[in-house]
Amino acid sequence: MKKTVVSVGLAVDESLRVVKNVIQPETVTGKEKRICIVTGTHGDELEGQYVCYEINRIIREHKECLKGIVEIYPALNPLGVDSISRGIPMFDLDMNRIFPGDENGAVAEYVASRIIQDIAGADLCIDIHASNIFLREIPQARVNVNTARELVPIARRLNLDFVWVHSAATVLESTLAHSLNSIGVPTVVVEMGVGMRITGAFCHQLTDGIFCVMKDMGIWDGETITPKEPIVSQDGMVGFVNANAPGIFVPSVEHWMNVAEGEVIGHILNPLDGTVEEELLAPVHGMLFTLREYPVVSCGSLIARVLGGDFA
Amino acid sequence: MKKECIYSLKNSYRDDLNIYGYRFGRGEKAACIVGAMRGDEVQQLYICSQLVKALKNLEEKGAMVNGNEILVIPSVNHSSMNIGKRFWATDNTDINRMFPGYDAGETTQRIADGVFRAIQGYSYGIQFPSFYIQGDFVPHVRMMETGFQNPSHASLFGLPYVVIRKPRPIDTATLNYNWQIWNTSAFSVYTSATRRLDDASARVAVASVLRFLTRVGILRYTSHSGYIASVIRDDDLTSVKNELPGIYRRQAEPGEEVYRGQELAVILDPLEGEIISRVLAPADGIIYFAHSDPLVMEGTIVFKIIRRLHE
Repeated sequence: MKKTVVSVGLAVDESLRVVKNVIQPETVTGKEKRICIVTGTHGDELEGQYVCYEINRIIREHKECLKGIVEIYPALNPLGVDSISRGIPMFDLDMNRIFPGDENGAVAEYVASRIIQDIAGADLCIDIHASNIFLREIPQARVNVNTARELVPIARRLNLDFVWVHSAATVLESTLAHSLNSIGVPTVVVEMGVGMRITGAFCHQLTDGIFCVMKDMGIWDGETITPKEPIVSQDGMVGFVNANAPGIFVPSVEHWMNVAEGEVIGHILNPLDGTVEEELLAPVHGMLFTLREYPVVSCGSLIARVLGGDFA
Repeated sequence: MKKECIYSLKNSYRDDLNIYGYRFGRGEKAACIVGAMRGDEVQQLYICSQLVKALKNLEEKGAMVNGNEILVIPSVNHSSMNIGKRFWATDNTDINRMFPGYDAGETTQRIADGVFRAIQGYSYGIQFPSFYIQGDFVPHVRMMETGFQNPSHASLFGLPYVVIRKPRPIDTATLNYNWQIWNTSAFSVYTSATRRLDDASARVAVASVLRFLTRVGILRYTSHSGYIASVIRDDDLTSVKNELPGIYRRQAEPGEEVYRGQELAVILDPLEGEIISRVLAPADGIIYFAHSDPLVMEGTIVFKIIRRLHE
């Protein structure tokens, strides 16, 4: 059943509508657990769209297996998704920096506030992101260290490759995940793939994991896979590679592979004179879990992240 | 006056970004003034350019008090200004949400770091920013409540209002916030425009800074005394929203005294031209902010009123 979470009239004959699909079991007892799948906060992150479709499809085809309530929010920033805009069109601030919103604030803050009110009370929320147009990420969960005890066990069941337990930062207190966790809705952030694209394999992988978690919660009793055991790591193990020269980045390695400390990750090239501006080296021995996708780089552009250690 | 490049970012497809600082006087780091940090802050650039011109003349006339140095940085982000973008030209990030910066980080973190290194250690920091909600403000000095804020110093600008607001998590990465944390008394001066030039409010802004610099003993300059500022807090402001979307016709201006029930704007049906809604003042007070774009969504904050304040 489609429901409007919040609606705001636009200037000329249209409304901004955040819509969700609420899927309930055939027989409702009133004691069902409720999971919310949310995505599309950043309008250029599209991987979650396919995950939403797949969850809808699988439940529809096996409705008898549904024992709880699944709510799917494909686009928290529908105008951004429609207009290929990362942010909310005509609003300055990143939507994922204005939560929990403000009922009396600017339109975007009002929308954020209504979204929080709508999700409040859920037993779990999965907030799906897709990096940005610049970087490709392996399927991973991002968990604030302050919520790790509760969320890492859930993240482990999501069939992801990596669970990154990151340190707390004041600026992240305005995220949807932080706001929901603060009001007692356990919320796991998933990052995977790259902006403006859909990586089918990653989407299927996460979809399988979400059904595993739903089964753990008693929301789903259909067949599920045995989720893979992710690498769980903290900030201290992650090495960063940033460009120190502008130009065109051409990688020498594949995403999601092991690299040795000092191994060449790629080069920044100068197309005008045919010279190499910079050779980029792996800062630590480990697994390359983030790799630059967009070729044009400026000084400082993030090129790669390497998780230090030995991985099969 | 000494012009120097305080930070440079090498580019590949266009000229390097060179951020210039103008130094006046010699001695203690007394005051630093930062102008346009976003690409559409044309009014802020204009104000700073006028300030550079004024300080150059004053310095030549011997008006700088010995032992003080003033640094003015008129523009931080002309890479975006030159191509009509508000935020950083390539990744659309906001330099004013990257402070204190990080020299090994991403591009805008590096720019913030380079700028912050140049502007640290000054006793007073003055920034001309723009607000995240577009519109016109009554000229005011804004401070964040960090525990280090000093409203009595803010009143030395002689602007009519000093606004103190509680920082939100996203504000902790702004220049104003970080200046305060690093022991600079920081003030944000807002005037009535961003993307267009408003000569009258630019003159007010330049005069207010010269007045401030005089009153804190950095400059010798005789000017009008300005206002004894009313210090207000966010809680003193009432937001006024429009009920219906459409074409917005403003009927009241920032600084104007209004009365409860007074019509402040009308909303027209965008296709048929009829008035479909009237925006009324919910309280007596002074208009502090007024929305300026001709179109409005439903529930837009079209005015903010300082409650129970009279001319």
